[in-house]
Amino acid sequence: MITFLVRRLIQFIPTLLGVTLIIFILLNVMPGDAALLSGNPRGGTDPKVIEALREKWGLNDPLPIRYVRFLGNLVKGDLGISFRLDRKVSEVINERLFVTLRLATCGMLFAVIGGVGLGFFSAIHQGSAFDIIAMIGAVTGMSIPNFWLGLMLMYLVGVLLGILPTSGYGGGDLAHLILPAFTLGVRYMALLARMSRSAVLDVVHEDYVNTARSKGLAERVVQFRHIFRNALIPVITIAGLQFGGMLASTVVVETVFSWCGIGSLLVESIFRRDVPVLQGCILIIVVAFLVINLLVDLAYGYLDPRIQYD
Amino acid sequence: MTMWKFIRKNNAIVIGGTVVSLIVIVAIFAPFIAPYSVKMSDLKYALTPPGAQFLLGADQYGRDILSRLIYGSRLSLMVGLFAQMINTLIGVTLGLFSGYYGGKIDDTIMGLTNIVLSMPILILSLAIMAILGPGIINLLIALGAVGWTYTCRVTRAETLSIREKDYIDAARALGCSTFRILRKHVLPNILGPILVIATLGVADIILMAATLSFLGVGAQPGTPEWGAMLSRGRDYLYYAPWISIFPGVALFITILGLNTLGDGLRDFLDPYRKTLK
Repeated sequence: MITFLVRRLIQFIPTLLGVTLIIFILLNVMPGDAALLSGNPRGGTDPKVIEALREKWGLNDPLPIRYVRFLGNLVKGDLGISFRLDRKVSEVINERLFVTLRLATCGMLFAVIGGVGLGFFSAIHQGSAFDIIAMIGAVTGMSIPNFWLGLMLMYLVGVLLGILPTSGYGGGDLAHLILPAFTLGVRYMALLARMSRSAVLDVVHEDYVNTARSKGLAERVVQFRHIFRNALIPVITIAGLQFGGMLASTVVVETVFSWCGIGSLLVESIFRRDVPVLQGCILIIVVAFLVINLLVDLAYGYLDPRIQYD
Repeated sequence: MTMWKFIRKNNAIVIGGTVVSLIVIVAIFAPFIAPYSVKMSDLKYALTPPGAQFLLGADQYGRDILSRLIYGSRLSLMVGLFAQMINTLIGVTLGLFSGYYGGKIDDTIMGLTNIVLSMPILILSLAIMAILGPGIINLLIALGAVGWTYTCRVTRAETLSIREKDYIDAARALGCSTFRILRKHVLPNILGPILVIATLGVADIILMAATLSFLGVGAQPGTPEWGAMLSRGRDYLYYAPWISIFPGVALFITILGLNTLGDGLRDFLDPYRKTLK
């Protein structure tokens, strides 16, 4: 297990380097001179001001040097200075990180509890009306565009029924959270429902389930201890991998519901051509995605003792 | 197998195929079906609710939503098909080389694939669109450049198993060139899974293209792209919800149709690897 852990961590480094390199190359060949664009509001188009800005941001150095410097700063947790806000990128991101994490966590909780619950009961009552409706719902949930779902919920629940606030973060209260978390979670809930249903169906006819029944265990015990727990292993893996994708989807949901998180910051910085902030947001999301995948991989070995890592 | 039996056994293909065919027909014959020209815009009709004159209402510039939806199907299908063609071409080529040659080539290609795969597609395509700027062609390039990883991995895995088959040895003994072996002996045998991935991939790309347009970095504003039509809808949600409702319905039906068709194809072409039930 220890060797596996060490090897997995060593494999993680080239991936991380590759990812940072791709992001760096992509964003630093962006057309439109950042200094020219950003220098404008303060100093007109005075070439001296622009030259000073280029020098300040280190834009005059060749790309490989800039990449090495970027990596060096990254290790220290320094993401550079925003072209537009004249503040540290790490500060700007820090302010907004909590909002995104809160949204993603709630979306995930919702997706896991709803998805696993639906999938489990559908499989136990295979072929019932509940099963059929739940699975039609799952197919629908997987095909529905989340931004449209957000708008429709906003209209139905917020405008027509007037039960919940239409958008905004509020003071971080529950009422403002429900619609965004639901919108974010639906696609993943649908996926997990299908996954866990088929995982349960795979387990239901195993010998140990029959053994448990024939030795006279209560049906409830059989269902939870023998079926549910064994079916859960692949589902947890999928759920973990989904969490990373969910972080990416916050870009859409935060934009729809006007939340000030990392996702909406990312979109804003594209329009502002604020490369350091854009780079920072993308890095945060991608690195989180990578770390989560790594953790899932490690957790898998812990959850399923049958898996041997040599 | 009689036709009736085929339909009963593969209703997903039939239902999904019908929906997709209808959308394709609408896209092809858009100028004949659309009640108004796509360029028609008259502020005097701005925000007209759905009714006899405008079946699905008019938007904030007085443009007929139905006509724009009909023309929009062309854009969505075009982006979906072409971007997926680029994806499939890249994925299959890299996957074939990776699987057939093995060794250093395999390591390099798989390393690249894993790096691209370790970034969420939405984030990667957002970054590319940020560089290229909005526009349908750029959307095609961005989505064509990021979605090939899965195809590549599947192609590689299938190629790996086919490489060991006797008929490959036979072809090699006969003196076939590598290119000929890949084209005539490997590729035809892995078409099934590639077709399924491609079909499901079109749905993903259409959704991704609409998402990017909704965020404002995809199709240029003013283009009758479904996602772009939705992007300003929120500002009018209270007064004119139809601006937001119908483009989403069109998008939803298209994606649902393609997903259903893809699932059905998977069951049909690969009965041993069942779809999630």
